Amino acid sequence: MKKILVVILAIVMVFAFAACSSGGDEPEASGGDVVKVGFIYIGTTNDGGYTQAQHEGTMALEAAMEGQVECLIVEEVAEDKKAVTDAAVNLIDQGCSVIIGTSYGFQDALIEMATSGDYADISFLHFSGNELADNYGNYFGAMEEPRYLSGVIAGKMTTTNKLGYVAAHPYTEVNIGINAFTLGAQSVNPNVEVDVIYIGSWYDPANEKLAAERLLEQGCDVITQHADTTGPQIAAVDAGAWTIGYNLDNSSNPELASAYLTAPIWHHEVFLVPTIQSIIDGTWVPEAYYGTMADGYISLAPLTDNVSEEAKAEVDKVQDTIIKGEKKVFTGPIYDNSGTLKVAEGESLDHDGIWSIDYLVQGVKASNIN
Amino acid sequence: MTSFLAAAIVAATPLLFATVGELIMEKSGSLNLGVEGMMLMGAIAGFVGAAGSQNAGVALLSAFAAGAGGALIFAFLTVTLRANQVVTGLTLTIFGTGVTKFIGNAYMGQSVPGPVRAFFAKTAVPGLSDIPFIGDVFFKQDIFIYIGYAVVALATVFLFKTRGGLNLRAVGENASAADATGINVAFVRYMACVVGGGLCGLGGGYLGIVYVPMWQVDVVNGRGWIAVALVIFSAWNPIKAFAGSLLFGALAILGFTLQLMEVSISQYLVDMFPYIAAIVVVIISTHRNMKEDLPPMNLSVPYFREDR
Repeated sequence: MKKILVVILAIVMVFAFAACSSGGDEPEASGGDVVKVGFIYIGTTNDGGYTQAQHEGTMALEAAMEGQVECLIVEEVAEDKKAVTDAAVNLIDQGCSVIIGTSYGFQDALIEMATSGDYADISFLHFSGNELADNYGNYFGAMEEPRYLSGVIAGKMTTTNKLGYVAAHPYTEVNIGINAFTLGAQSVNPNVEVDVIYIGSWYDPANEKLAAERLLEQGCDVITQHADTTGPQIAAVDAGAWTIGYNLDNSSNPELASAYLTAPIWHHEVFLVPTIQSIIDGTWVPEAYYGTMADGYISLAPLTDNVSEEAKAEVDKVQDTIIKGEKKVFTGPIYDNSGTLKVAEGESLDHDGIWSIDYLVQGVKASNIN
Repeated sequence: MTSFLAAAIVAATPLLFATVGELIMEKSGSLNLGVEGMMLMGAIAGFVGAAGSQNAGVALLSAFAAGAGGALIFAFLTVTLRANQVVTGLTLTIFGTGVTKFIGNAYMGQSVPGPVRAFFAKTAVPGLSDIPFIGDVFFKQDIFIYIGYAVVALATVFLFKTRGGLNLRAVGENASAADATGINVAFVRYMACVVGGGLCGLGGGYLGIVYVPMWQVDVVNGRGWIAVALVIFSAWNPIKAFAGSLLFGALAILGFTLQLMEVSISQYLVDMFPYIAAIVVVIISTHRNMKEDLPPMNLSVPYFREDR
């Protein structure tokens, strides 16, 4: 009897909470000319990585379009259709006419809403996806370009010729980054080897640190990462090695300053500001945006004083050729790590070619099971 | 090899504290599935304690107190109000996660102060660290890890060699019989929860204070659940829990090490192992009906004095 009571009480409590959270969201009358933009984040705005980088773009958008745009955010939304739809509907109820989802797993829910007809007057933008519709665009960046440059630095800075890479999952986006980093390092140091550990998660501070420590133990003296926490950076500091971050420039963190070299970073506002402006003007045409370094959408964070002058000079030179479009990151000859020629001499991969990469380049040491 | 094993001990330490903590609670008949929540609360409390006081002792005490506080809520609901233990434990996990994020939000990206970090720097134990191999693996660690060794020893002696431990086990096996002999069932279960929960808090504290000394969301990341599996794996025995934590800690980095040796192994498969191992152990011990390896008889059964 008591058990049943407990269960009933629990259910009542859940409904009570649900009622609280959905109450008070009265749809507001559209307030003058201010356009409300709703952001759906997977993490918190101060996670020190992925979502913080997104949020800095959001704040820059708000600053650049002050008086015209008001940004509403929902943090920590799970990659689950119901959760994403609820968050989006909630934002729309609060007056948002633009919905922006910033994680790949939000795609199914958002494209379904966009094409359902119920939200034809809402503009949807999705980061890292590949769907397009009349009111739905996607955006991403050529992270391979700054990754390549960070490889150049690592290749110059290493004395053991072993670079460590803490990777999240063995899948295309991550492998493109590993390949670009390796090619960059090899361009200045042909003997360099890149050791990779996939930790099997996007976010696990302790495991990322454990993995980095394994790499350092193997003799790696530059640690970079495609994972979202500062775990690998802390490990590098502790071991007196160098570290290259990701997503955000952490060089101002006093704990990391002694080891920090740079980081490939995002500038989401470079896409957001003109896009939101065109939505306001009514001239927006949904597109699959792929921002480059030339656009300023992505870049290498300012090099710290830890980077040698020689490496700085080299990076400046290569960066220039990439921005001018003279240098493509994936230019042949490129061999995979079993020695098969993948890109012939003189050829270079375009966007689709890059995103169909299913191998790791020569010089990468990793487990080959995906 | 020694460096691999030394790293395995580091990976094992959060599991060790949480497993021994959960084990003590389960031995008294409380199946507290809130380990993950208590670890998280311990992690943030330890971090805040360290940041606020610059004192390692305060950091340890805060981690312990936070875990014990979480367990006290559990004990009140399940022992006094006799709520369902499974539901309450799961709720405690959700509660702990939320509270930790709420408090931790203000500390994101901040670091544990230098004096505390220095206190928990690797310190060799004089004498013991000179033993070949064993010294390098076990006795060139930090003080937190040495506390872990002590906890295992104390828990073993307490549970199996003292009157108090006998009472605790009696309550877990058969609460009404224990009651009939004059043991205060509610008191024993409360105490087991406070101590066990405190140890879970210390397990999280190790992650928040020592291992990842820069605050980030969710440092515990599912380790609480591995600890729950480990209790079953270790058949409710602190010594086996020590061995099991070491094994699972080693497994956590074995995958990474194998990847570096270019062995084709999926990290996802390695991550599954603790749970598979726990299931296998349950099947074997139930099948062979090994009495000492079976769960306490009254595990997850609330005690009603008037019932029978």
